[in-house]
Amino acid sequence: MRRLLILLLLGLSLGAQAREAAPLAQDEAVEQRLVAIAEELRCLVCQNESLAGSHAPLAEDLRSEIRTLIRQGKSDAQVVEYLVSRYGDFVRYRPPLKPTTWLLWAGPFVFLVLGLGGLVLYLRRRPVAAGALSDAERKQAESLLENP
Amino acid sequence: MKRVLLIPLLLFVALAVFLAVGLTRDPREVPSPLVGRPAPGFSLPRLALDGTDTGRFSPADMKGKVWMLNVWASWCVSCREEHPLLLDFARSAVVPLVGLNYKDGGADARRWLAQHGDPYVLSAVDADGRVGIDYGVYGVPETYVIDQAGIIRYKQIGPLSADVLHAKVLPLIRDLRKS
Repeated sequence: MRRLLILLLLGLSLGAQAREAAPLAQDEAVEQRLVAIAEELRCLVCQNESLAGSHAPLAEDLRSEIRTLIRQGKSDAQVVEYLVSRYGDFVRYRPPLKPTTWLLWAGPFVFLVLGLGGLVLYLRRRPVAAGALSDAERKQAESLLENP
Repeated sequence: MKRVLLIPLLLFVALAVFLAVGLTRDPREVPSPLVGRPAPGFSLPRLALDGTDTGRFSPADMKGKVWMLNVWASWCVSCREEHPLLLDFARSAVVPLVGLNYKDGGADARRWLAQHGDPYVLSAVDADGRVGIDYGVYGVPETYVIDQAGIIRYKQIGPLSADVLHAKVLPLIRDLRKS
């Protein structure tokens, strides 16, 4: 009787576990693409979090929207376009190259060129033979070295 | 030698200017790609104020009119902040103000309107927030000014202030109604 009860309890707990372990992601491939896309997108509510990592309700809605789009057979670019057309380029962590973002993209290289230019100018202006001694100085140095 | 000493000062001034400009800008103000584009279409049930079914609302119903769409929810704290302004605006009846009740419960929404006053000619119920996504909503409240042809002319993210209403929204509405 006791054994039966234990078996029964075990069976019940197994059932409970099976329910808890219900997979969050129903489709592994969809989920992987979702994460890959969402990592590249900004959550608009918590702006320093990606759409993949955010727990904001809007991020959850957008993830489920992206899931639907993937199931509909949309390409990654189409999914990103869907969000950009609603929330603007700001949702993309990699802003597109266009006239308003030229400075953004070229800025670091502009500063690199400026820095290199400054370095070259500085090196050119420095007296080349700063270490060389005149004859009189050489004699003075020699006499100092010989007669300490 | 003196020129070299000026360099840290110049760097400091440049940094100070960048910070003075950069820190006063609001990172939440994301330029919306929707301004200048047709308002996304939808068909949603109206919020039934007395519990009886009152049909559906679609932006197409407003064709030929300048109107405002205000996204609100009973759980939204900042909505309370702009609410007196919306009530004033509705009283002046410049243009129709339509509400989009975003991800809210019907009973909560009704109670909220009963408690704080109802500035809307009607509220469309966007229970799952999908229409909100089409309108690029991410910070309730949001307000849209839509012209006679159904083009979005202005989008306000976050609560409307009296300043914004008088400096931007009302002049824009006046211009739109003239054309």
